[in-house]
Amino acid sequence: MSYIGKSVKRVEDPRFIQGQGRYVGNIHLPGMVYLAIKRSPYAHAVIKKFRTKKAEAHPGVVAVFTGADLVEAGLGAMPCGWNVPDQKTPIRQILATDKARHVGDGIAVVAAEDPYTAVDALELIEVDYEPLDAVIDARKTTDVGMPLIHDDVPENTSYEWSLGDKDACDEAFAAADHIVDLELTNQRLIPNAMEPRACVAQWSGPTEEMTVWTTSQNPQPIRLLLSAFTLFIPENRLRVISPDVGGGFGSKIFHYPEEVITPWVARKINRPAKWVATRSESSVTDSQGRDHVTVARMALKKDGEITGVHVTTWANMGAYLSTFAPLIPTAFYITLFAGLYKAKGIWGEVYGTLTNTVPVDAYRGAGRPEASYLIERLIDVAAHELGIDSVEIRRRNFIGKDEFPYQTPVALQYDSGDYHRLFDKATSMAGYEQMRAEQGQARNDGRLVGIGVSGCIEASGPAPSAVAGALGSAVGFWESGVVRVHPSGKVTVLTGSHSHGQGHETTFAQIVADQLGIDLGDIEVVHGDTGRVPFGMGTYGSRSAAVGGSALVMSTEKVKTKLMKIAAHQLEAADEDMVYDTEKGVVHVKGSPERAKPFAELAFAAYSAHNLPAGLEPGLDETSFYDPSNFTFPNSAHICQVEIDTETGEVELQRYIAVDDVGNVINPMLVEAQIQGGIAQGVGQALWEQGVYDESGQLVTASMMEYALPRADFFPPFEIGRTETPSPHNPLGVKGAGEMGTIASTVAVANAVMDALAPLGIRHLDMPLTPDKIWSAISSVGAASTAKVEYFGGD
Amino acid sequence: MYPAQFDYYRPKSLKEAISLLKKKKDAKLLAGGHSLIPAMKLRVSSPATLIDIGRIKGLEGIKASKTSVKIGGLATHAAIESSPELRSACPILAEAAGHIGDIQVRNRGTIGGSLVHADPAADYPTVMLALEASFTLTGVKGKRKVAADAFFVDLFETALKPGEVLTDVNVPVMRAGQGGCYIKHRHPASSYAVVGVAAIVTLADGAVDAVQLAVGGATPNPVLIKTVHHALVGQKPTPAAIASACENVAEAIEDPLGDLYASGEYRTHLATVLSRRALTEAVKRAKKQK
Ligand SMILES: Cc1cc2nc3c(=O)[nH]c(=O)nc-3n(C[C@H](O)[C@H](O)[C@H](O)COP(=O)(O)OP(=O)(O)OC[C@H]3O[C@@H](n4cnc5c(N)ncnc54)[C@H](O)[C@@H]3O)c2cc1C
Repeated sequence: MSYIGKSVKRVEDPRFIQGQGRYVGNIHLPGMVYLAIKRSPYAHAVIKKFRTKKAEAHPGVVAVFTGADLVEAGLGAMPCGWNVPDQKTPIRQILATDKARHVGDGIAVVAAEDPYTAVDALELIEVDYEPLDAVIDARKTTDVGMPLIHDDVPENTSYEWSLGDKDACDEAFAAADHIVDLELTNQRLIPNAMEPRACVAQWSGPTEEMTVWTTSQNPQPIRLLLSAFTLFIPENRLRVISPDVGGGFGSKIFHYPEEVITPWVARKINRPAKWVATRSESSVTDSQGRDHVTVARMALKKDGEITGVHVTTWANMGAYLSTFAPLIPTAFYITLFAGLYKAKGIWGEVYGTLTNTVPVDAYRGAGRPEASYLIERLIDVAAHELGIDSVEIRRRNFIGKDEFPYQTPVALQYDSGDYHRLFDKATSMAGYEQMRAEQGQARNDGRLVGIGVSGCIEASGPAPSAVAGALGSAVGFWESGVVRVHPSGKVTVLTGSHSHGQGHETTFAQIVADQLGIDLGDIEVVHGDTGRVPFGMGTYGSRSAAVGGSALVMSTEKVKTKLMKIAAHQLEAADEDMVYDTEKGVVHVKGSPERAKPFAELAFAAYSAHNLPAGLEPGLDETSFYDPSNFTFPNSAHICQVEIDTETGEVELQRYIAVDDVGNVINPMLVEAQIQGGIAQGVGQALWEQGVYDESGQLVTASMMEYALPRADFFPPFEIGRTETPSPHNPLGVKGAGEMGTIASTVAVANAVMDALAPLGIRHLDMPLTPDKIWSAISSVGAASTAKVEYFGGD
Repeated sequence: MYPAQFDYYRPKSLKEAISLLKKKKDAKLLAGGHSLIPAMKLRVSSPATLIDIGRIKGLEGIKASKTSVKIGGLATHAAIESSPELRSACPILAEAAGHIGDIQVRNRGTIGGSLVHADPAADYPTVMLALEASFTLTGVKGKRKVAADAFFVDLFETALKPGEVLTDVNVPVMRAGQGGCYIKHRHPASSYAVVGVAAIVTLADGAVDAVQLAVGGATPNPVLIKTVHHALVGQKPTPAAIASACENVAEAIEDPLGDLYASGEYRTHLATVLSRRALTEAVKRAKKQK
């Protein structure tokens, strides 16, 4: 029996397809109150006075609380779980008391008998604000006259961080034949998970136990943060459950104020409480993504050899530091500047600045798409300027397949890869030479056809805990896995990793079924409930299979060892003569397959305990904690083709070819689904999505009327292939698969659009590459008929 | 997304609806709800009373006579898109309906609701102008007919008086030698028209007899661009003639709307390009309509 490598259909799908998923929003408890949060309409304003009397008196309102009530109750402030050296972490209150610092900053909460009444009452709370000027531009936060957002963070700058070999970098530039300069923006994105955030809480007075249901990607860390930093209910009396969760993309990693407010209110008024974000609230409260302004240079030799990269980035952190915010533009960003390439002189610095905008944190790819966008744009511009084909210039710089493990100059040690083979496959699937030939013809006909190439690397599966600690993490990044075999031979698998769309219930069952040689249908995978899985670190950074899956492999090994001991004892053979046949799910004596005990019989024997070897404990319930020894390094070659309408500037994505190396593949269908969804999400950034704040700090793209999420009919069918270089350091040989699509596709499409515009002398445009922007660029080139316009940056 | 409290009535007849509309303070009609309900959920609109006309019988029919087609105010976008009568008698309207939103929106939204809502980015108003359609408005005092160009007054503002219901839309049957085409640049987020162009061309003996060209999305209400008619009438509809006539389009667009996605300048440019494309296609179709 073998499940790994097969496209097993998702066991969770029947309940989702039939509308029987159980989300936080589906939870209804007797006597429940509904919460609504009063939010600041201003980006930056002193809160002078509250009047809550009218709201309190409104029929159906149970209670109204302000930030002062929470402070008085002794609740903590929202913690930041990542600290880089000399970081200034501003205080983020659960509800703001003194000042509102972004539109949507929570300032009061209403509890009412129904959600309609709760929202009605919000309108009855009167607040006197004194509006202040807003700080919006991440690069101008230190300008003279800029207001200070937090008194304790001078110059609105939370941290400065740098990495790389500065001397080698300077030398590379001094000796360069060619230098590419690029200034670019990686725009703000709004995550928009399908299911808005929600929280339900129930307090049990007699036992002093709190249960919190929350839409989290990682309920166990949320429990820790609630008990140690914000709510102060002891961890052993606090149960956090994240049942079915409708997508996260990073935005549901973080600890949010509503996760504190809801249980606090529930206990305070001794009734279950529920809060569900409206879509409008999601836009102004879910941590957002990206938002870098970068000045970058790349040094090359004439033949296209990259020798140096020099980068300065201003990373917009928003109004407060969200839970992992400082990690993203530091250790998840500059460490990826080596890309697939051998360049040595790499150096980068980042300024993490505060603005009066929604906090920014990890969003699918988290730092790594920003790095890939930067490096892969630089290479493409270099290719154009040096007259080298864009695949060829990459090939000339690849780390060779025999050079792994490869130590980059920016801290990481790549585990495995074969980048030439990856590109061989992509170019052959694409018919790359033919594509270029046809492009040449199209150009002769005056058509704007572009081919975009990207070759990306990702550090996934965070992370060795000691390394994370050294880099600034407050927590470790191991994962737990329990394999609990019941006396009848049925198996419950408990993982601290969490599925909010990924399909753990299927893939993790595939892993355990193959390890033990049992039927997939005999396995149940449980996750997302600290009452059943107390310890875990959750899902992000494409870590579930590599870290969570590995913990399960460890536990199955323990189960197998124990079963072999029992079998040896009962078959009167030596332990070392036993063979566990994972094909048949039996243990037999080496060389005598007929002297065998099946899995279920041995499981029963473990619990009947009538005939166990001396000293062996009864039971068959194994727990393991796996701490990865390294990241895994998935890599990709993506090629796409666009055509631009020369009159309207509209971009048509005509072909998209993706070849990814995610190591060994457990379920090809699910990996392909991850890649497909990732590509769509990444192209969304290249062409349509942008979170834009006006000067006063209002989010202009706060609704689905303005914020353009990609739709299925925006895309051609994707052509997807893969190569496999197993990760040598985890037992499954897997690498991350969840983010590569997003990381690689944004820049592939941006490169294609710029390739299409290259004959006009247009060198760079910032994303999203909207028709208006492209048309404006084309027309200004037309207008400047003699002097070709070279550069369109930062508009 | 919780609307404020409101009273809800579901009258069985048009008469009852009109009398409720008169009696109830701060009342609004509810048809497909695809403009009104989102506004109420955002609390941009908080009417005290909703009068749901969605299930009144007889207001949703589509009937063609020799010269015109009468479309009930409650006809859904989907019904209009797929109506055999309209597909043969007035295909440009069916074509435009097919461009609205997505399937869910088209299944619920109605033509009456769209016209009365008068969103500058809506698709129907532009087509109505080009078609020289008229609307029947029914109130306590009876019916009156208003021509499309008099109906659209400003952003979200029409000639509909309080107490009136838009009961019918009347569009002419396309004649032999006529061809129409509706093209839109769809907003990637909302799907509404950033710019939408409706062109109807009448050919006689291979030359242009008349052009009705309307541009929507660029201005608070769609505009009929008469200069294009003057430039083309009597001429052979060659690509060059069409292109040169369309150079007049930009002038007709005063104070264009602009936003983050598309500036006023870009909208004006799109109007010119899409006008040329719509006219070219309309001519092609007119030639087939012999
Ligand atoms: C996601 C989405 C995408 C959309 N995309 C598009 C698009 O691409 N193009 C486009 O044109 N539209 C689009 N729309 C709008 C859609 O066409 C609406 O259905 C339409 O604008 C309103 O029609 P309704 O029947 O839903 O009206 P309702 O929302 O019920 O009512 C709208 C207004 O008209 C009034 N009203 C309704 N019927 C009558 C009547 N018979 N007489 C008098 N007053 C009446 C109501 O009182 C209300 O003020 C979209 C809507 C959504 C939600």
